[in-house]
Amino acid sequence: MAINTDKNTYTVIFAGVMVLVVGSLLAFLASGLQPNIKENERFEKQQNILYAMGVNENGDDVGAVNFIPTDVVEDEFSKYIKEQLVIEGGKTTSDKEAYLIDLKKQLAAKKKGEPFKLPVFIGEKDNKNFYVIPMYGKGLWDAIWGFVALDESMTVQGVYFDHKGETPGLGANIKMRYFMDDFEGESILDGTRYAGISVAKGNNDPLNKTKDDNEVDALAGATITGNGVAAMIKESVTLYKPYLETIRVK
Amino acid sequence: MALLTKKDAGLILDPLADNKPITIQVLGICSALAITAELEASIVMSIAVVFVLGIGNVVISLMRNIIPSKIRIIVQLIVVATLVIVVDQVLKAFAYELSKTLGAFVGLIITNCIIMGRFEAFALANGPWKSFLDGIGNALGYGVILIIVGFFRELLGSGTLLGIPVLGDPIMKTGLYATGYENNGFMIIPPAALIVVGIIIWVQRSRNPALVEEN
Repeated sequence: MAINTDKNTYTVIFAGVMVLVVGSLLAFLASGLQPNIKENERFEKQQNILYAMGVNENGDDVGAVNFIPTDVVEDEFSKYIKEQLVIEGGKTTSDKEAYLIDLKKQLAAKKKGEPFKLPVFIGEKDNKNFYVIPMYGKGLWDAIWGFVALDESMTVQGVYFDHKGETPGLGANIKMRYFMDDFEGESILDGTRYAGISVAKGNNDPLNKTKDDNEVDALAGATITGNGVAAMIKESVTLYKPYLETIRVK
Repeated sequence: MALLTKKDAGLILDPLADNKPITIQVLGICSALAITAELEASIVMSIAVVFVLGIGNVVISLMRNIIPSKIRIIVQLIVVATLVIVVDQVLKAFAYELSKTLGAFVGLIITNCIIMGRFEAFALANGPWKSFLDGIGNALGYGVILIIVGFFRELLGSGTLLGIPVLGDPIMKTGLYATGYENNGFMIIPPAALIVVGIIIWVQRSRNPALVEEN
């Protein structure tokens, strides 16, 4: 039996059925996989925070990013992160689940003038304190985010960047070691001003030997993503300035 | 009985030889520009497209007699978008690291005109097995060009292949760089892909004049 697929009623019914089938398939799949995905995202966040403060499996490998394996990350996280703080309207409280705070939502709340929370993670490694603050911003195509670990002199001890959809081979390289490692040793202070770190082209310092210029060498072909990284650091540093002032060694 | 008849084999091999999707059919140019700055990204994209186009062609082929022609493009779009989202979600749940690598490609696959092009030109008129072969063949033909372009862009633009320096260190001036060679920064920006694709088209057509169009 041939169906007359040109009739309007058939078209409408087909479209309706298609939407129902596809919609329920995706809804079923999304809710079925949600717990797994949430768990993976939680581990990832712990890995990222630890990575920024130098707790990773990089070892002698100078090329690639090697996280703490997911099966031990939870233990390592509670071992290295001494305290998690939440800053809300000038008040600082301790909160074991601070790392689950979604900075994107908090920044959106801030924009609307609503109360917002800012998490800080205080880590300790080799008798040294690390203050890890999260960052969130926009690259060329989509969101970029990351963590920066600071010490009491506001010197960067390590960073981790990630992105949602930057161009592979260009902007996506912000999560490469050769870019992230450049930030180590840079100061977010210019004198006493919270200047952040700019991603500069033509600073004549491709090996990044000058650590007091608040600049790292940019990625070729990724100007907008690089500017996004600089803007993101600047925003977080400005946002956390009141807290950072309390820990800074003057 | 052979698994593939001669005609079936042609479905896979033609797009790899003289009917390459990018250079002859001029499909999939946009993604070829976007992601070929590095060889690794080209390879990942090729594998992803083989998968999506193979399965997508089968799905469309199975539905070919019931799809209303008035809304067939929308139906094709839904099929490919659904497929890509399903794959993405499953990877996120069970192979998180891999899904992070592929994240940026998801949107590029959905909008890849090779996929819609093959649905429209082949799967709507042929059976599932033939459509599957056609999908794999075209995706491979697409992948070959992507990998060639990626190879040259990464080699000439960054002096590396798959992220490994092969020409020496451009900053420390070792290897080839000691002789005064410099990376060509132009190669890593998208227009360079067009030039490389142009050269491939030129080589291909001068070897096979039958491909040259009459003007």
